[in-house]
Amino acid sequence: MTVKQLSEQSGFSAVCLPEPDREISGGYCGDLLSWVMGRAKADQAWITIMTNMNIAAVATLCDVSAIILSEGVQPDDGVKEAAEARGINIISTELPTFEAAKQLARLI
Amino acid sequence: MKRAVCFIRAGSSETEFIMSESLRFHFDVNGQSFTSAGQASVQVKKNLRELGIPAEAIRRVSIAMYEGEINMVIHAHGGEADVIVYEDRIVIILNDHGPGIPNIELAMKEGYSTAPDNIRSLGFGAGMGLPNMKRYTDDMKIETELGKGTCITMTVKF
Repeated sequence: MTVKQLSEQSGFSAVCLPEPDREISGGYCGDLLSWVMGRAKADQAWITIMTNMNIAAVATLCDVSAIILSEGVQPDDGVKEAAEARGINIISTELPTFEAAKQLARLI
Repeated sequence: MKRAVCFIRAGSSETEFIMSESLRFHFDVNGQSFTSAGQASVQVKKNLRELGIPAEAIRRVSIAMYEGEINMVIHAHGGEADVIVYEDRIVIILNDHGPGIPNIELAMKEGYSTAPDNIRSLGFGAGMGLPNMKRYTDDMKIETELGKGTCITMTVKF
């Protein structure tokens, strides 16, 4: 499944999709950035409630296919622009992290 | 030995290319802006990709360097980062003029942190920085002096 296809699913919506055709190979859930950075794999979708600028850097370094902001959180000012510039896809969902992960696992 | 050196400036980074020896990237890490931390690591990742360095080595270098950048911003008001690319390894040198590390053994323990609460609320300060840097590199050396600063040298082989 591509990032764009996920963003079109019920319950998910696109915040920014500079690379919409990237494939999602799996998922990783976590909010502790140092932990995520060491464990999330390339091409996974990263589900988090962190919204600050550092998520764009962590996503870039991990090369995840998308950040999924769960629980209805919205990115802080400037994050969307930084993500666009770095080719980082961001999707948001009102779903709690566990439910978002379940949906993702079912879809991919 | 005869050397040819050229500098390419791009933003805050500086590249020194010494033919027949190595390739060096130099960055000034801004200690004033926590949100901009990571710029040097992201740039290094991009540069290493362009050089065709193996993906896993790039990942390890990027993570170790980002943790180092974050540490420099949290604890030392910034510093300098140098990345030197050799044929078979990458050396990262992080240098700051911060307070130094009083107890390296304690600082190396996972979960031990002296970061303030506002840093923790951003998803850092969990005591994973130095342990991650050690985990993702083949060699790590810490030189520190209280009141003077810290120099960390890490090597990633590929």
